[in-house]
Amino acid sequence: MPDAQDPLEPVDPHQAVAPAGGYGGGFDLAAADAQILEGPAGRAQDGGPLAKPRSLWSDAWHDLRRNPIFIVSALIILFLLFIVIWPQAITTQDPLKANLAMSQAGPSAGHPFGFDNQGRDVYTRVVYGARASVSVGLCATIGVVLAGSALGALAGYFGGWWDAVLSRISDIFFGIPVILGGLVFLSVVTNSTIWPVVGFMVLLGWPQVARIARGSVITARQNDYVLAARALGAGDSRLLLRHIAPNAVAPVIVVGTIALGTYIALEATLSYLGVGLRPPTVSWGIDISDASNQIRNAPHMLLWPAGALSLTVLAFIMLGDAVRDALDPKLR
Amino acid sequence: MGRYVIRRLLQMIPVFIGSTFLIFFMVYALGDPVAALFGDRAPDPATAAQIRRDLHLNDSLGEQYLIYMRNIFTGDFGTAFNGQAVTSLMGSAFPVTIRLTLVAVVFEVVIGIALGVVTGLRRGRPVDTGVLLLTLVVISVPTFVTGYVLQYIFGVRLRWTAPSVSPSAPVGELLLPGLVLALVSLAYVTRLTRTSIAENTRADYVRTAVAKGLPQRRVIVRHLLRNSLIPVVTFIGTDIGALMGGAIVTERIFNIHGVGFQLYQGILRNNAPTVVGFVTILVLVFLIANLLVDLLYAVLDPRIRYA
Amino acid sequence: MATSPDLVPTPAQTPADPLLDVRDLHVEFRTRDGVAKAVNGVNYTVHAGETLAVLGESGSGKSVTAQAIMGILDTPPGFVTRGQVLFQGRDLLTMSAEERRKVRGARIAMIFQDALSALNPVLTVGEQLGEMFRVHRGASRKEARAKAIELMDRVRIPAARDRVRDYPHQFSGGMRQRVMIAMAMALEPDLIIADEPTTALDVTVQAQVMDLLAELQREFTMGLILITHDLGVVADVADKIAVMYAGRIVETAPVHDIYRAPAHPYTRGLLRSIPRLDRKGRELYAIKGLPPSLLHIPPGCPFHPRCAQARGRELCRSDLPALLPVVGGRASACHFWKETLGDDNAAADRAGA
Repeated sequence: MPDAQDPLEPVDPHQAVAPAGGYGGGFDLAAADAQILEGPAGRAQDGGPLAKPRSLWSDAWHDLRRNPIFIVSALIILFLLFIVIWPQAITTQDPLKANLAMSQAGPSAGHPFGFDNQGRDVYTRVVYGARASVSVGLCATIGVVLAGSALGALAGYFGGWWDAVLSRISDIFFGIPVILGGLVFLSVVTNSTIWPVVGFMVLLGWPQVARIARGSVITARQNDYVLAARALGAGDSRLLLRHIAPNAVAPVIVVGTIALGTYIALEATLSYLGVGLRPPTVSWGIDISDASNQIRNAPHMLLWPAGALSLTVLAFIMLGDAVRDALDPKLR
Repeated sequence: MGRYVIRRLLQMIPVFIGSTFLIFFMVYALGDPVAALFGDRAPDPATAAQIRRDLHLNDSLGEQYLIYMRNIFTGDFGTAFNGQAVTSLMGSAFPVTIRLTLVAVVFEVVIGIALGVVTGLRRGRPVDTGVLLLTLVVISVPTFVTGYVLQYIFGVRLRWTAPSVSPSAPVGELLLPGLVLALVSLAYVTRLTRTSIAENTRADYVRTAVAKGLPQRRVIVRHLLRNSLIPVVTFIGTDIGALMGGAIVTERIFNIHGVGFQLYQGILRNNAPTVVGFVTILVLVFLIANLLVDLLYAVLDPRIRYA
Repeated sequence: MATSPDLVPTPAQTPADPLLDVRDLHVEFRTRDGVAKAVNGVNYTVHAGETLAVLGESGSGKSVTAQAIMGILDTPPGFVTRGQVLFQGRDLLTMSAEERRKVRGARIAMIFQDALSALNPVLTVGEQLGEMFRVHRGASRKEARAKAIELMDRVRIPAARDRVRDYPHQFSGGMRQRVMIAMAMALEPDLIIADEPTTALDVTVQAQVMDLLAELQREFTMGLILITHDLGVVADVADKIAVMYAGRIVETAPVHDIYRAPAHPYTRGLLRSIPRLDRKGRELYAIKGLPPSLLHIPPGCPFHPRCAQARGRELCRSDLPALLPVVGGRASACHFWKETLGDDNAAADRAGA
């Protein structure tokens, strides 16, 4: 493995004064990543021959196609998306149908994962649970990326007063422990849709993306070709969109992919704590929470949804890791 | 140095006010602390009005916040739902969580750094690849899943340790919870150490140390590690604050009566003084830990001297 | 960690034997894009008290050769694939790692280009200098510090007694390079390899540092390998010159001959690209093209794509010229060295006339 900055680890806290992602207890990945990507560029590799010049994206794609980690995680994610859209393809049962007679029963024909406390089919619930997790993850990521990159880019581009205010505000959000904030917010903002959870994630997540976007924009703004474009009379919006934004896209994509995984994990944790998604929504977190009291009697109730959840999070994190390795120009 | 500390302390003030106000706002403005006091019963209107007056709930939110903060600085954090002073809850909860956090930090330092050094020095070898994949898995599996799984294996099946922690929370019983709490950070420490070592092995000063004819051990310990561990040490410093706030899940799994447990109870019962009080303290711990880490950085790296 | 004073047994040697004799050295880097042949059969010798200047562009293999001699090549990706490095008659490449470590720093020392990055940022210069004595001589902490101060005095760092506690970043560039030199001199080695020792410095400081180095070399009759791309530095201090291109030596000569009349078109190109006061107003010469990729060194003479003399000559494209003696103790790796030499001799004569 090449020795460049690693996305899955916090970088030198000194570089970004607020450290890795608050009290996340496991959800500070994206924050950690944010710090890495805004950190100083790595040293150029010494010696060695020059690589053939290719564009960043085609080069990245060239690398990705040969990376087994990318292929495996992409396949898992494609499969997930498939069952999110069409769960009936692999199960014909109803995730809500309860048969108390079968409560906590183990695997049997047609019910490979057994039954849960209320006698619902665990396999079917695991399949349907993907829908809630993936939709929360996707919506939260889209929201965080849009809000974060817009605010961050503006702060980085206009600097000064804008930047100062925005930095203070993101410090405040970094100062709030993620799970605690979630508990407080979601215990008062409640309904049966995914939107309170998504809203909370966007509210607390945007500063992470904003930092990266801000960093990339500041770097790009000083590039000669941007100075040249400015000298030629290009306006602010044109500069931002045509010349500066493309530079910020790669790091934001990487952080977004990894963040998607962490948001799925966060949703499950909040649901587990009883403030995330609420029944009758089918969610891995709720099922794990229900099963946790019964772990001595019926461990299968916990292990299947927990396994599905972990695999999903792992897939997104590995994908982000692989994409970052491929997009990171420091490795070339 | 003195001026730098003062500047940082001044910068902390808006962050402190902002974070606590945000929590305050969510608890007091979005929730209804009075209704929460009565649980499912309908409150008697006269009593409710009395309580509202006592808690200054009729004042504007800004005034309420100011009153609350003034009380805090005189050591009055209000009363919890059961009539206990919030400070006495804190007195029983914080020592437990601090002990749990220390156990977790020891795991991070010992295991995380050791694994990071080993993988950083053996990049590309099977050990390295294996440990890297393992860290990915550890990071991906949510804490509450690892918590239950480890509890089941070591507490229920193997009976190596008690599955739940007794109220006095002796260190021996906190080993497994501490490991669970540490796991994700431990994986970060491993990866951070590995990257830092890997980067520094190619540093010019390491090459100089080799060219000086120093034995390999001395090159690694005195030159490579001394430099590579600076970011790791500072990460662990900031992580102490994060671990204390993140203990909520671990404490629930192992039934530990620490900060997370009290907070969780406070949130479930919508007990405003408990929630705001605990979060305020945690935010303070977090900010102070950050400040200390900044200062520690200057001690570890002589190139950084704050004006 | 201190080891016993180390003594490398010196085989019987006559003064005529070279201090260092590099024979047919090959180094390659195995990268994921292929094998880069960085050094392809380098031969050179250095005698005690002699200064050899190794000249070349970046990527010519001059630093890699030095790293291979020192034994500080990054392995992997770098590997010495063939050759011998005889130091006082013994082959460094076949020594055990421990024997070789004892030679490093004590008998052969190296001065790096950028002292700021080459010195450890978190240790005081006193600790870094004293470390030499603690490790190689088993000195106590106190002795080591005294030696460090002595060394700093010797390289004329003012207020050495106070500055011994300072960190590298607290010194100016010139003073830092003096610390590097002091570190290399610490155990009075027989050979010093200086890799672009003055490139990172201001011009005025460059001369001071070079003078110091030359003075110390004379005092201790050390061998010195001076790696540089700066022809100006070379003329004052070097005894002989080796010019490298694409991992090979293309020309060797006593220092003054090469300036008067180079025997290789590449050397001539280098000389012509030095700005000169007497040619003011004329366009500055630049060698056309770029140095070859070490992954794909052209067949034949590696310089032929950039060489005006090679135009239309099949020989240059097909046959690799060997480094062969020409005239007056010189050697050139050019098929048409006579032509090259002749051109310039004629030009020099015309200029003199």
